[in-house]
Amino acid sequence: MPKRDLISIEDLSRADVELLLDTAESFLPVLERDIKKVPTLRGRTIINLFWEASTRTSSSFDLAAKRLSADTLALKASGSAVEKGETLKDTAITLSAYSPDIIVMRHPSAGACQTLSANTEASVINAGDGKHQHPTQCLLDLFSMRQNLGRDLDGLRVFIIGDILHSRVARSDIMGFKMLGMDVTLVAPPTLMPRGIEEMGVTVEYDLANLKDADVIYLLRIQRERIKAGAAYLPSLREYSRLWGISQARLRPGQRVMHPGPINRGVEIASDIADDDENLIAHQVFSGLAVRMAILYRTIVGYSDGSASGEVL
Amino acid sequence: MERTWCKHLPAAELLIKGGRVVDPGSGVDAVQDVLVKKGKIAEIGKGLKAGKNTRVVDAGGMLVLPGFVDLHAHFRTPGREDEEDIATASAAAAAGGYVAAFGMANTDPVVDTAPILRGLAQQATADAVVPVGFFAAVTKGLGGDELTEMGELGAAGAVGFSDDGRPLPTAAITRRALQYVKVSGRFVAIHAQDDSLFKGGQMHEGPASARLGLTGIPSLCESLDVSRSLDIAAYEDAALHVCHVSSAASLEAIARAKEAGVRVTAEVTPHHLVMNDAVVATLDPNVKMNPPLRAESDREALVEALRSGVVDCVATDHAPHASEEKDVPYEEAPFGVIGLETAFSVLYAGLVEAGELELATLVTRMSAAPARIAGLEAPAIAAGATADLCVVDPAAVWTVTPETLQSRSWNSPWLGKDLTAKVRLTVAAGRVAWDDLA
Repeated sequence: MPKRDLISIEDLSRADVELLLDTAESFLPVLERDIKKVPTLRGRTIINLFWEASTRTSSSFDLAAKRLSADTLALKASGSAVEKGETLKDTAITLSAYSPDIIVMRHPSAGACQTLSANTEASVINAGDGKHQHPTQCLLDLFSMRQNLGRDLDGLRVFIIGDILHSRVARSDIMGFKMLGMDVTLVAPPTLMPRGIEEMGVTVEYDLANLKDADVIYLLRIQRERIKAGAAYLPSLREYSRLWGISQARLRPGQRVMHPGPINRGVEIASDIADDDENLIAHQVFSGLAVRMAILYRTIVGYSDGSASGEVL
Repeated sequence: MERTWCKHLPAAELLIKGGRVVDPGSGVDAVQDVLVKKGKIAEIGKGLKAGKNTRVVDAGGMLVLPGFVDLHAHFRTPGREDEEDIATASAAAAAGGYVAAFGMANTDPVVDTAPILRGLAQQATADAVVPVGFFAAVTKGLGGDELTEMGELGAAGAVGFSDDGRPLPTAAITRRALQYVKVSGRFVAIHAQDDSLFKGGQMHEGPASARLGLTGIPSLCESLDVSRSLDIAAYEDAALHVCHVSSAASLEAIARAKEAGVRVTAEVTPHHLVMNDAVVATLDPNVKMNPPLRAESDREALVEALRSGVVDCVATDHAPHASEEKDVPYEEAPFGVIGLETAFSVLYAGLVEAGELELATLVTRMSAAPARIAGLEAPAIAAGATADLCVVDPAAVWTVTPETLQSRSWNSPWLGKDLTAKVRLTVAAGRVAWDDLA
């Protein structure tokens, strides 16, 4: 079987996505047991390379591998040979000497997963590369939507609001949401909206006038760097919050709020929403574990269904 | 005055039989024999006979073309001989059918004084298999603020002046350069780029960059500088050459200026003529160059401009990079690709065979037109002319690999791919510089 990478959400067909979500669902009982571990990937080796800061993604990948009984190895840029100037190609060659089955990587540069994949026999899973893609985030978002809003996501109206320009999450989500038949609207300040993004089949808006049409409101983090002199994307966080920030006052009943985290209270999201049980933000974190278990599992046993999901438990 | 240098090789004695000779300059497009004696074209006709000591080349089914001239290459010498030197660059040129090539001045040290230029000329006399020449910098150290001694550099044989790799940063220095270049009788070649719009750019700005999440380089970044420089050239009545034009907006400005009588010439690279920004989705560092591959509509406009003459010539922007520099994630890779050895192959298949451009037009744009801009005699397949020609097998398939390339680097967008139209023989300045017939 040739190795299977997951670099972009476009590496998956709709059937693959649905199989991953079903597989994640089948893992849920495991996560509710006292002994939260299955022997499925015993003897397999999974390496986590996080060349960029991460809390949710790195911890959930690590835990997912452990829940499946795989051996894991975690490396960060600081304290590794990267600080001594080792290239990614050489890191890939070095780690491949341990014959890992999967290398999960987060990297600041788009194209890093291709470089890694070209230099290892292991399957590469992209945990975020530059502003390019974050496919596992998209899959966990889909899982949270399915668990909370019903299995059929077709026709669901999603507004993605925030710094679209710098967001790998937005790019993966647009592709994944569209794949499952959702209707996607992007809202951002004009300076943070990529030119030509409408060709991805989304509606582009610059204000919240049509927010009432949304079933799901997906917020993106606004980074402080965007207001620095020389960047000049935004005049102030205060103005951002006034024009694009979401508080209860802007919502109608039934609208569900999502956010990939970490949130900026008082900027893109008001505390009255952040602290409200109706939002899906904590569920997204929970989904991350089940979905990443499913991704690791499918990457190793394959994407064709058959008896595979039965043998999991 | 000398503007190119090469090593001394024995003069060619050749009879090239039965090839299709295409020389738009002499109005020839017919199957003919070409007899080369003592490095000069002695006779063209049918049924020519070879004398003693004359090598007979069977060119049946092949094209016999005036040799190409590249106005824009990077020889990486001095400073990065690990990537390319004059011997390997000139060998690559020869393998691509080129009979002359010019290196840009952004070396280390920069070619900004006559002694450095003379040193390069000396090196070329020792090493170059086809005649090569050199641009000198517009500003000292490419610093963008002090002019080089253009008078002395021109006298030492600089073909023109360029800070290529970097734009001229201000209107003021662009103006001074266009004023002062007149002392040399040469031209200023610009790498048009508004740096404030370039910052962090990774690829053309448009739907493809939006989808990939790579910082865009808007076509405005080029066309603003092109328009500004054209206005200054018009004001000063000075000779301006626009390097590697990539966008339709720049072409419109150049077309307007030419109509108004501004002394402007322009070049386009093979990669901009046959590829668009869609290929960047591969995140292959070997499709990363500056200016970037642009939209399909830009590509179509470039082909039309090459056809109409708004763009005068093809130039490769041959830019070797060591494998350790390119074998990194796309976003970390330097800009630039090699092009001397693939130029005719990709343009013949991509434009001529695809029906987008006449062969005669392509030949003119690769040979006579750039020769004229460089101040060289146009290569011609005509009795009495120095033999500056190449023989191309249009049907031959070859694979681009580090081993099949003469260049010391292999950062080609076509690495690992099969190309058609192989240059089999190059005769430059009357000497056989490339022989792939055996």
